[in-house]
Amino acid sequence: MQILILLLQIAMVMAIVLLHVAYLTYFERKIIGHMQVRMGPMRVGWHGLLQPIADGIKSFFKEDIIPQQADKPLFLAAPIICLVTMLAALAVLPFAEGWVLADINIGLLFIFAMSSLASYGIILAGWASNSKYTFLGGMRSMAQVISYEIPMGLSLVGVMMLSGSLNLSEIVAAQGTSIFSIYLFPQIIGFFVFFIAMLAETNRVPFDLPEAETELVSGYITEYSGMRYAMFFMAEYIGMMILASIGTVCFLGGWNGPFVIPFFPPFWFILKVYGFLFVFIWIRATLPRYRYDQLMAIGWKLLIPLALLNIFLTGLFKALVH
Amino acid sequence: MTKTTTLDVQVADGADDKYRLKMGPQHPATHGVLRVDLELDGETIDKCDPQVGYLHRGFEKLAEHRTYAQNIVLTDRLDYIAAMANNVGYCVAVEKLLAIDVPPRAQFIRVMVCEMARISSHLLWLATHALDIGAMTVFLYCFREREVLLELFAELCGSRLTNTYTRLGGVRQDVTHSIMLKLQRFVDEFPDHIAEYETLIDTNRIWLKRTIGIGPISADKAVDLCLTGPSLRGSGVDYDIRQHVPYAAYDQMDFEVPVGETGDTYARYRCRMEEFRQSNNILRQCIERMPPGPILGKDAPDLIMPAKPGRKIEFDAVAGNALIKLIDNRDLYMEGDVYVATEVPKGELGFYFISDGMGRPYRMHIRSPSFLHIGALATIGQGVMIADLIAIIGTLDVVLGECDR
Repeated sequence: MQILILLLQIAMVMAIVLLHVAYLTYFERKIIGHMQVRMGPMRVGWHGLLQPIADGIKSFFKEDIIPQQADKPLFLAAPIICLVTMLAALAVLPFAEGWVLADINIGLLFIFAMSSLASYGIILAGWASNSKYTFLGGMRSMAQVISYEIPMGLSLVGVMMLSGSLNLSEIVAAQGTSIFSIYLFPQIIGFFVFFIAMLAETNRVPFDLPEAETELVSGYITEYSGMRYAMFFMAEYIGMMILASIGTVCFLGGWNGPFVIPFFPPFWFILKVYGFLFVFIWIRATLPRYRYDQLMAIGWKLLIPLALLNIFLTGLFKALVH
Repeated sequence: MTKTTTLDVQVADGADDKYRLKMGPQHPATHGVLRVDLELDGETIDKCDPQVGYLHRGFEKLAEHRTYAQNIVLTDRLDYIAAMANNVGYCVAVEKLLAIDVPPRAQFIRVMVCEMARISSHLLWLATHALDIGAMTVFLYCFREREVLLELFAELCGSRLTNTYTRLGGVRQDVTHSIMLKLQRFVDEFPDHIAEYETLIDTNRIWLKRTIGIGPISADKAVDLCLTGPSLRGSGVDYDIRQHVPYAAYDQMDFEVPVGETGDTYARYRCRMEEFRQSNNILRQCIERMPPGPILGKDAPDLIMPAKPGRKIEFDAVAGNALIKLIDNRDLYMEGDVYVATEVPKGELGFYFISDGMGRPYRMHIRSPSFLHIGALATIGQGVMIADLIAIIGTLDVVLGECDR
């Protein structure tokens, strides 16, 4: 019985998150559209509201092309690896107090592990397609993942030190309910590093090198079409949501807000996540793209030293206070 | 039958340890159908070998079978971003060959449409160059202004892109008051828009990192590589045909030629941004000083049907078309050869004619800036990274329609 309830919960979370992903694409297209003096989707439904559904149906019924030269099993597995790992990471996210599927003690580590595995899917996709652009895309992705997982992990060490836990719910609880006690203020350096690494980790502008359209056509997804392409797309957007959630949980106080919303406790959490996502989209509309070696330089020469400095300062602070 | 699948990207041993990538002709950032054969070492380009010809339509050969007047439509399809400038360039050359006079009003209109074409071409360049580097929003901002110009072209001659606006000896349609008013409004507003583009990208750290010091060309090298236009002026060579060998009414215009110093992608970018302002100035002068009078010379070959009274229309049996027939008593079938170059937005567009007196070019050669700029890519693109190559292709401002002809 308990398993049934759990399965039901999992299905609910997945359905809700996938719906959000669908409308996140709408959200993104509308916002970028208005920033670029145009309307965005307008045709399907009122103000294009049904556009994501139309897109979903379209990609579902599109022909699934597998290149002859591709390594078929890996080619088929890559998008599944991406999507499944990203969905698995959803399990430990606390949407509100007690609203979490698996309240495990290593929540943060689990999410890191899952998002690293998703990059594995990207690399496999680049390699298995056996095409030149995808190969370059996969290569870039590999380098990018290695250089940005490290600062990302390091940037959250400060949070772990302050809260004394890896459990996401406990991290939120440790920040208290006041706006002044959230970790954004004591961990401002960590937040800065985390934010940049987050953009790189989700392959967003200005670090969208693995799929740099004007350089590598579409990078690692060049050879994918139809539903498999859509799976990568969904994985990318779920990835954005998960990292935005991590940012919310670790730095912005999670589900706590200025006042409690009755009947719908995750309200503040969702609002903060969408705040993050808006900034993602805003950045995409504003910034050009870094070059590959410049990206590496930022990761290794700027972010990692800053993250280490942050750990040192946090440790010093803790030692002095206690 | 089972299909074997391989996972090996071919990498040979030893000296030939190169990753070969044929970038294009259907690559999103090669501005049409340019193909660049690359030999890569990681992401660094060891050898860069541009291949052209995917858009070859044989204009130079085609022109030998058509009269001078008929060839105007071919020039639209050279640099389709700035068709007006090509029209003018072609007509200036033919008029020199056939010794046709152009009335002053037509000269001014020609300068006006040339500069409109320059702004519209540079807008498209800025849009795609920024998009290549990843700045998506500039693209749409530029198209907003370009739309105004294209609408003006449509009002002027009925066509947005392939204008065929000039005629031997003048222009086809007179500018109306409404066009002048709209152009005036555009000229007044445009400087603000230039500032807007600059705030979007010129103060952007990433933009500066991606352009400063990328693809530098020294002045000597730029001359050796036959670069012209803003690509040459970015390297610090002050050469602009509008200024040095004026045609149309450019000798009566007051404008500066912006010249860069460093010759890198950023210098060329700055050059073109300054040209926006200069072109805008020229447009303003055109509006203020547009002289009255006819728009077609008296002895211009008659192309507008019906013909003026008293003018004989001969039916050309070879071409089988009355539209193209020339004039009354004067013999325009001159012999000789002529090379005339004009400054189009991309650089120096030259037309070389050999005429044997048959009313058609015996040979027409087009010196197109894009062709030579693509040739320069092999030298400039060596040793840079893929992302830089994209920036360099963008900054050289090539159009394949003009390159392949």
